[in-house]
Amino acid sequence: MSDGTLLPALGLAAGLAALLGAALGLVASRLRTDADSLVERIDALLPQTQCAQCRYPGCRPYAAAIASGEADIDRCPPGGEATVRALAELLGRMPRPVDPQYGPTRPPLVARIDEDRCIGCALCLPACPVDAIVGAPRFMHTVIEMQCTGCELCLPPCPVDCIGMVPLAAVAPAGPAASEAA
Amino acid sequence: MSRPAVMRGGLRLEACKTRPFEQPLHVLPAPAIAILALDQGSGEAATPLVQPGDTVRVGTRIAAGGGAAADLHSPVSGAVRELARLAVPGGVGDCVVIESDGRDDREPGLGTCDWRSLTAEALLERIAAAGIAGLGGAAFPTAAKLALARSAGVDWLVLNGAECEPWICCDDALMRQRAKDVVLGAQIMLAACGAARCTIAVEDDKPAAIAALEAALAAAPAAGLELLTLPAVFPLGAEALLIAAVTGREVPRGGLPPDIGVVCQNVGTAAAVSSCVRDGMPLVSRIVTVTGSGVRQPANVEACIGTPVAALIAACGGRVDASISLIAGGSLTGRALAGDAVPLTKGLNCVLVATGDDLSPRSPELPCIRCGDCAVACPVGLLPQQLHVAARADDRSGQDRFGLDACIECGCCDYVCPSAIPLTARFRAARTRRHLHEQERRRAADARVRFERHQRRLAEQAEAERRAFDAARSHARGQDPGES
Repeated sequence: MSDGTLLPALGLAAGLAALLGAALGLVASRLRTDADSLVERIDALLPQTQCAQCRYPGCRPYAAAIASGEADIDRCPPGGEATVRALAELLGRMPRPVDPQYGPTRPPLVARIDEDRCIGCALCLPACPVDAIVGAPRFMHTVIEMQCTGCELCLPPCPVDCIGMVPLAAVAPAGPAASEAA
Repeated sequence: MSRPAVMRGGLRLEACKTRPFEQPLHVLPAPAIAILALDQGSGEAATPLVQPGDTVRVGTRIAAGGGAAADLHSPVSGAVRELARLAVPGGVGDCVVIESDGRDDREPGLGTCDWRSLTAEALLERIAAAGIAGLGGAAFPTAAKLALARSAGVDWLVLNGAECEPWICCDDALMRQRAKDVVLGAQIMLAACGAARCTIAVEDDKPAAIAALEAALAAAPAAGLELLTLPAVFPLGAEALLIAAVTGREVPRGGLPPDIGVVCQNVGTAAAVSSCVRDGMPLVSRIVTVTGSGVRQPANVEACIGTPVAALIAACGGRVDASISLIAGGSLTGRALAGDAVPLTKGLNCVLVATGDDLSPRSPELPCIRCGDCAVACPVGLLPQQLHVAARADDRSGQDRFGLDACIECGCCDYVCPSAIPLTARFRAARTRRHLHEQERRRAADARVRFERHQRRLAEQAEAERRAFDAARSHARGQDPGES
């Protein structure tokens, strides 16, 4: 074998490698954006309570875990059956009931601070994942009901146990949903 | 000009409108306790401006409008007792409860004026300050509707006196009694919205109202004003259908009448506009039909906004039997009332005290046999049987495809369905579910934004603390050798 035939062969191999590498790189980057957009789409179906009952530190991390196949779709008690169904439809899986080990499925709740007992310690402020508590050290705190997601993360830090959970139905207007029965 | 066929579909129903006219129009005194719903029927609540204990007079502004809510004024003089969530015609809503002192002290108001000397802007301001809202049932602020029409450059004002529901006749009573006010209101609204012509459309089953309007028009001839008689067919009083019947222009799906150069107002609203612009007093009363076989003497009643329905029924001789249902609106498009403590709102045009005879008996629901009668009856050209499948299955794309948003909830499909399927109720429920779902999605999106901001802020704080610690440590290290 002479150098005359080796060089073009090497050149061809190098060219092919460069071309295929570029193609692979392109495909990889495309696939990554796909995975990202899948996380986005899953995240959009989650209720955004940020309650961490799914054992992930928020809705988006849980969405990422679902997308990577690490977690199943039955870990979201606040979303309940409707969320599981929406996720199942998006991902082409079978819907299943919410796994009770992650917490009970129940009507939405919001936190309410017993303002007579609040000592203004400000410990619940950083605990609220959605900044729905207003207050300052040594001033009374209060929950903005319309922004509270009912995640219960403010309950453990409170030293005087002055936060309670109340049903959201008292806040939301009575809808004409009952007209189905009419 | 040539008119198109009045409308497709619809129902020719037997009207039950004669009995209320055996009685004169009752004018009720102000109630001892007025309950003013902040949402007067438009679906949006006004912002209260009073606190419990405040004293108010007749015409004091007690809530500020905005969006789809009009200003709200006290119909009585007295003290605000409380702000509470009470039963209202649309369900449960925030209300201002005012206890009357019986003195009937009045606010000075805006004073009388000659409307011809006012500019369109001044007229609109006056109409807005009077809290006038659509008295046909939608209770949308009239000034906002006229201002929108003006900015869109409409050329045709349609006054809706069709009143196609078989039981409702409050507009009929109003046109008989106050035809002059209706004509004057039409002229004022023409000036306010900038349209060139106005058609007052009345169904031909109201000869007395038509005669009164003709007389009023003859007495005060005005350019561009005409009276049009239409055949009585349900639901011709629906805004878009009436506009199509009168003008021959069709409101595009998802569009509004100003898109095709038309604005539509109720005749009752026109009368309210004329009295507010002439006298400068806000809207605190309306005419409402109290009818049905369950009430002793059906009549049209002029009562203060905020009067409990019980007082309206009492003025008509009371109920025949306690075990009958109360319906707000007519027998086809009405909704059940929670009880007779519900107050009169600007959007409530009829209280139907119904017995079993009034409402077509509902046999048990049977499966759809796909006869297609509902599609023939549908005045907006939908396929209710297909929509029903999509509504039951909660299939959103199907609901979009078959036009759930175009349904006017007139109830024609229910009426003709041989299987007694409550189609309209299903469509309404599907709409409510979609609405709640969208609300939920918006809340979730807001929560996510706040969560992301919260995370970023915590990270920034941690970073700042670490930097401060590092700086303090390097500072301390710099000094350490000297000290040791």
